[in-house]
Amino acid sequence: MRYIFVLCLLIFHTGCATLHAQSDVHAFIGARLTPISGEPISNGVLLIEHGKILRLGIASDITIPSGAIRHDVSGKVIMPGLVCTHNHVGGIGGADRTGPIQPDVRVYDSINVRDAGFKRTVAGGITTINIMPGSGHLLSGQTSYLKMRGGNTIEDLFIRDKDGQAMGGIKMANGTNSRRDAPFPGTRAKSASLIREKYIKALAYKRKQEAAKDDPSKMPPRDIGLEALVEVLEGKRIVHHHTHRHDDIITVMRIAKEFNYRVVLHHVSEGWKVAKEIAEAGVPCSVILVDSPGGKLEARDLLLKCPGILEKAGVKVALHTDDWITDGRLFLRMAAMAARAGMTRAGALKAVTLAGAEMIDLGDRIGSLDAGKDADFIILSGDPLSVYTKVLETWVEGRKVFDRSNPQDRLYAVGGYGAGNELEPYFCCFDHAEGQ
Amino acid sequence: MNTRLILIANALIGLCLFSPTASAQVAVRGQTVYTMSGDSIANGVVVIVNGKISQVGPANSVTIPAGYRVLDAKVVTPGLIDAHATVGLSGILNYKHDQDQLEHSAPIQPELRAIDAYNTQDELVTWIRTFGVTTVHTGHAPGETISGQTMIAKTFGNTIDDVTLVESAMVAATLSPSALKKGKPKSPGTRGKQMAILRAKFIKAQEYKNKLAKAEDDKKPDRDLSLETLALVLDRKMRLLITADRAQDIASALRLAKEFNIDIVLDSAAEAYLLIDEIKAANVPVIVHPAMYRAVGDRKNQSFETAGMLKHAGISIALQSGFESYVPKVRVVLFEAAIAAANGLTFDEALASITIDAAKLLRVDNRVGSIEIGKDGDLALYDGDPFEYTSHCIGTIINGQVVSEKKR
Repeated sequence: MRYIFVLCLLIFHTGCATLHAQSDVHAFIGARLTPISGEPISNGVLLIEHGKILRLGIASDITIPSGAIRHDVSGKVIMPGLVCTHNHVGGIGGADRTGPIQPDVRVYDSINVRDAGFKRTVAGGITTINIMPGSGHLLSGQTSYLKMRGGNTIEDLFIRDKDGQAMGGIKMANGTNSRRDAPFPGTRAKSASLIREKYIKALAYKRKQEAAKDDPSKMPPRDIGLEALVEVLEGKRIVHHHTHRHDDIITVMRIAKEFNYRVVLHHVSEGWKVAKEIAEAGVPCSVILVDSPGGKLEARDLLLKCPGILEKAGVKVALHTDDWITDGRLFLRMAAMAARAGMTRAGALKAVTLAGAEMIDLGDRIGSLDAGKDADFIILSGDPLSVYTKVLETWVEGRKVFDRSNPQDRLYAVGGYGAGNELEPYFCCFDHAEGQ
Repeated sequence: MNTRLILIANALIGLCLFSPTASAQVAVRGQTVYTMSGDSIANGVVVIVNGKISQVGPANSVTIPAGYRVLDAKVVTPGLIDAHATVGLSGILNYKHDQDQLEHSAPIQPELRAIDAYNTQDELVTWIRTFGVTTVHTGHAPGETISGQTMIAKTFGNTIDDVTLVESAMVAATLSPSALKKGKPKSPGTRGKQMAILRAKFIKAQEYKNKLAKAEDDKKPDRDLSLETLALVLDRKMRLLITADRAQDIASALRLAKEFNIDIVLDSAAEAYLLIDEIKAANVPVIVHPAMYRAVGDRKNQSFETAGMLKHAGISIALQSGFESYVPKVRVVLFEAAIAAANGLTFDEALASITIDAAKLLRVDNRVGSIEIGKDGDLALYDGDPFEYTSHCIGTIINGQVVSEKKR
């Protein structure tokens, strides 16, 4: 028994997904494929194996290996799993009220993986999310890039880089949310000043680290907050920056340029007013659309047209749910609303997939249907931008994590009694339905 | 330009913007006209004279008089009705000075009138108008045991008198922890206490009513605005709009209605699907929460399919934009109906829930809710299926006046 327990631990720590992935080839036959990286393919075939995309193309061009598990998906649409660059599911808590800048705080220490929000997320077709701490601080902590594999611990959801480190960014904010009584800043200029001071400290810390390279005894005392900021300064960690008003957007870009860090603008309600400047700076934008302007002064000029205007100006545009601000089940709706207000259809679909993947440094692994990428995809009943379309299945790394025909999954997709309850413990490697 | 000319120009602009009587005579041609009072009409025409619908029918049966302004649309519907909102009271800015939907000084204040707070010029009133919403049942928000009154208004007009359809529509009550007080010694702090103070207040109103009826003219009790309003509820002249989401709170609402023999409307009602038989037996209509409300707290078990389940059980329903404390500061009832249309309601049922069924539930179907001769000239124009995400509202007409031509 003890060995089984140890084995289970091992399985968790080496990552469920790789062990989970079917060793057989799965062939999805007859759907309209929307690869995002290329033109749509009607009557296509998608082959996946070992959690990766093997091949895709027009049915007549693809040889289905004998023994492949065949899925008839004719009349359906397959597109990449959606990527949400800004998300708060899991009952998270980041920085506390002790100060406005807390880079030492890691959001993944606070995520409840049994939160029902995770089920709603996959029901909406989202396979990768960036969970962030909130916007009530200038810098509220480290964010976490997660795969919606299902899992018992947060480690099961981590996306690891080549060195095995859990990937994530840094959450920053300016404007009104992060302004309050001392020690928080009371004005915009003070906000900028506090941030600049902190990065100057991080630069000094980095220099000390570099100087001590050949002599570890000269290393500065460890400061886990400054360590994270050094990763920002080295370009290893992207700054995800909450910002609404046009002048706040410019301030974000000014300070990012001063310290030469990589930044993604988030929300960007007034981005349409400074689209040219954003495009010239080459800074990507992750936009949120809500159904009306206002709610606070700095969102008064929020326009549904914003993503379309940014797209036209040449800005890389993603969208995000900001879940719980909008619900993960309605993420495709946001793409459709962007298209309604002038974004191209292709741009709107890219904004919820590949563009978002690129903004979290995962453009080479997810976000489009391409051979070699993770087998993260969704099967839709029809046009991705139609209100009547349903997400039928969501697959992550070659494993089905949502199936609308399963009553329990459907409950999370549409709601109903019990839909708000915590999820049952997730049993790795055990399939309840089949009793295996 | 001299001052006088500027004044005249301003006066003219004012007239154009705000005076319903200044409307040009207008006709609308629609590839499909959903009248909501019979089958839809292919290639239909609607003619509006002096703010009222004067003709409606297939193009070959209706003559558009010379000199009329003519608008074209793929789809024409009655002006949409938002069956419960707080728009106009909860302003676009989320700061205290702009939020008049909730008064926290006491838990029971039925005397607060919506007409004394509704801002006809709020930007969010304009916002929903551009999506085809022409009538709104708005007023005091959920969040106090009795927060005040509601009213029914058109979404276009200069002063409160220009827009008001019904001055005092319902009295808004809330049975939910959102209307409970935290910390001592504030009350009510529990569900049980909340019901207790409600019952006590209605008993007081009953006594006040009895005194009024019995007393000689010179011995009448002093006027009490609060009890006066609740007396109207006891007389079934006004309805109590009870916001309740959890099944147990919905059950409390039905219990209260029975005890005092009052006429209620259930609002939000996230778990109403658990009490379908009880709601039906009590013959109580339900204004279902926005489909896209956040599934948290009392509404954690809400469903996209509630409107469909209630409707198909034979319960009278309408849809609403509700109250939002943060963003989106106002919801667009068209969008909420779209989600319901994709999750259980048929297209016709969903459209009815924001037109004729809403009008009937609000008891203003003599004026609005369908395209019929004699009704108000309120229309919404779309370039496709109104519920489809990528369709646009291309025109809104209120009392025969074209109040929006934005492509939204």
